[in-house]
Amino acid sequence: MSVLHIVNKSPFDRNSLDSCLRLARPGSAILLIEDGIYAVRDNSAAADRMRQALENHPVYALQPDLQARGVGEENMLDGITLVDYDGFVKLTTEYDKLQSWL
Amino acid sequence: MATKKFLYVNRKPPHGSIYALESLEVVLIGAAFEQDVTLAFIDDGVYQLLQKQDSSAIATKNFAPTFRALGDYDVNKIYVERESLEMRGLGKDDLMPLTWEDEDDDWAEKDSIHIVSSAELAEIIEQQDVLLNF
Repeated sequence: MSVLHIVNKSPFDRNSLDSCLRLARPGSAILLIEDGIYAVRDNSAAADRMRQALENHPVYALQPDLQARGVGEENMLDGITLVDYDGFVKLTTEYDKLQSWL
Repeated sequence: MATKKFLYVNRKPPHGSIYALESLEVVLIGAAFEQDVTLAFIDDGVYQLLQKQDSSAIATKNFAPTFRALGDYDVNKIYVERESLEMRGLGKDDLMPLTWEDEDDDWAEKDSIHIVSSAELAEIIEQQDVLLNF
């Protein structure tokens, strides 16, 4: 399979998510971890960008990072799949390459 | 000791770096020295005040409950920029309730958190003697 893109920076602090969305080919996957998970909310200024991304990519988010930050699943964009650490590891084995947008 | 007006400006989210925790430690030190302490939460700093933070699964210090102790240290001027909340799809209900007891008003419990506009926050910044940024 193709590339797993990993974003760990807040979309409101850095341009990591924007660069990722600009350069990720359709069909490649996006995994949000650490402060990257602030992009999951359905009514933030990043929501439209994320809705567009969800049309072209499977999008995952690391659940322990949501829990740590008090980001509830009730306001999460539809279509994002939550994974735990085992799921994170499994994703890294399913894709040929990893691109971390630090 | 002379009392100065200290403003702690918090612009970082809680768990991705050490800034938020360090800020809270320094705030408590300032309060212990009986300084006039005010907190501002701007940009991603507003995420520090979200309810239901539980960092047990990522093995970092779960310091969010410490904010509730601020009232006991007479730290009750906590300003959150409305524009920062709105950009993130957040409102006051998403923030943990922080209160203090006003001894001049029969120990009435009052809100410590005030949601203010950028213009109001700019005025608050101008009123300070010392600005500390995290």
